[in-house]
Amino acid sequence: MKTPPPPDPAAEDALVPVSALQHYLFCPRQCALIHVERLWAEDGATAEGRLLHERVDGGKPDRRRGVRTVRGLLLRSYALGLAGKADAVEFHGTTPYPVEYKRGRPKAHRADELQLCAQAMCLEEMFAVPVPEGALFYGQTKKRHVVAIDDELRMLTRRIAAETRTMIAEARTPPPRFMPGCRHCSLAGQCRPKPLEKPPAIRRWLTAQLGD
Amino acid sequence: MRHHLNTIYVTSEDAWLRKDGANIVVEVAGAERGRVPLHMVGGVVCFARPGASPAVMAACAEAGIALSFLTPEGRFLARVEGPRTGNVLLRRTQYRLADDAVRVVPIVRGIVTAKAANQRTVLRRALRDHGERMGGDAKTALEAAEARLANVARRAAEAEGVAILRGIEGEAAHVYFGVFDRMIQGDRAAFSFNGRSRRPPLDRVNALMSFLYALLGHDCRAALEGVGFDPQVGFLHADRPGRASLALDLMEELRPVLADRLALTLINRGQLKARDFKLDEGGAVSLADDGRKAVLVAWQDRKKRELRHPFLGEAMPMGLIPHIQALLLSRHLRGDLDGYPAFIWK
Repeated sequence: MKTPPPPDPAAEDALVPVSALQHYLFCPRQCALIHVERLWAEDGATAEGRLLHERVDGGKPDRRRGVRTVRGLLLRSYALGLAGKADAVEFHGTTPYPVEYKRGRPKAHRADELQLCAQAMCLEEMFAVPVPEGALFYGQTKKRHVVAIDDELRMLTRRIAAETRTMIAEARTPPPRFMPGCRHCSLAGQCRPKPLEKPPAIRRWLTAQLGD
Repeated sequence: MRHHLNTIYVTSEDAWLRKDGANIVVEVAGAERGRVPLHMVGGVVCFARPGASPAVMAACAEAGIALSFLTPEGRFLARVEGPRTGNVLLRRTQYRLADDAVRVVPIVRGIVTAKAANQRTVLRRALRDHGERMGGDAKTALEAAEARLANVARRAAEAEGVAILRGIEGEAAHVYFGVFDRMIQGDRAAFSFNGRSRRPPLDRVNALMSFLYALLGHDCRAALEGVGFDPQVGFLHADRPGRASLALDLMEELRPVLADRLALTLINRGQLKARDFKLDEGGAVSLADDGRKAVLVAWQDRKKRELRHPFLGEAMPMGLIPHIQALLLSRHLRGDLDGYPAFIWK
């Protein structure tokens, strides 16, 4: 394994978690509430996900049919400005092959693929070899989906990483927008998208409350 | 939605708290007296002298459980703060705002307006519940005070400066406490109120109020820390070393609703008797052990009662109000709201 020399401390400091990209894709405000305001609320879904990852990350490296698997590998990319942890990285020869475990099932949006692509790009930078492919494993379907790390996915990943980093660096929380996804968001209680989407002018509201 | 979790009040003076697996265990003289799973607890208020193990402190900090230590008399001693409390960005905004005489006005205006309006609601409820049985004098005095507080609240909503608002707040307190005694029924010999006294409380009503304010203060402080505020830097209350000024700010609007009204209920329904209090030679009055237990049970029950939140429009247990208000205040500071929607009770 070759590790490039550490860059200046500022670049190291500015790394944001790989998981922030998924939060950002789901909802930029959710991403800011978690990564800027540091709010967190666990619900059933996040607890299940955490337990799943604790099990996966906890495993020891193993070798099966010539493939060595490393679990909980720490990742980073200075080009993307990201740091994180891979559930599992298989080494097919000298080529790293990231495998990400998801609780649910394949989704219509590309958030899971994007997270995998970010991991692949971290691995490329760390090991200085191309990583053309990875896989997503879904708990509900118990199926493995091969994902090609192609140019289109890479461009999307670069763009979302840059947007996410900028938002976190500016410590900005975007205003709420009520969406269907809010029903599944564990932070809805802190975000309050419905009453805060178009809030009344508070001074007028206050005066109105004084009426009988 | 955050759930309203129970607060554990440890009142045995010689109790010791420890952690056993995922439980908080209360021991007295080496014998187990209680056991609660951590995930069912929102806060622990410990009036005991021995204290708690470092393991239970760490578990509370990690789980976001507010753990405070008070003297058996209810004076605040210490609290446990874990790595998850506080948010430096929110705190910086809070400090900048506290130093800005203009931007602080919408917050203070909300607090003072709501306080006067809620004091008025306490008077209205007393008139509604007991108006028929009251003497003509008392009824007239309460009606006059009620009308004045309505006017005070309206002026607060229009006020443009913090100094004016502080003056209005003083006026509201003067009117409200001026007639507070008129709302007390039943054992008039034991329970009479002659103005607010705190250091020390000089009558049973003041002793009861001070104790309820200490409980409310703990909840407000925990709620503010829960959303990331520094409870020591306030907007209405100026900084003073050792004082939780922002917790005092948040308490202002909630005192009439959560504490004063409960004090009146406990007295007027005869749930507290003269013997539930201790009088010391210097004139200080405090709750005796049985009285304190009765108040804590009533306080817990009251926090479970549901009401409709005036701004969010949803039903919630009263115990959640400090948390929701702290959250709304933080949303104002972060720019989602152009003011602070204080809690106005109807």
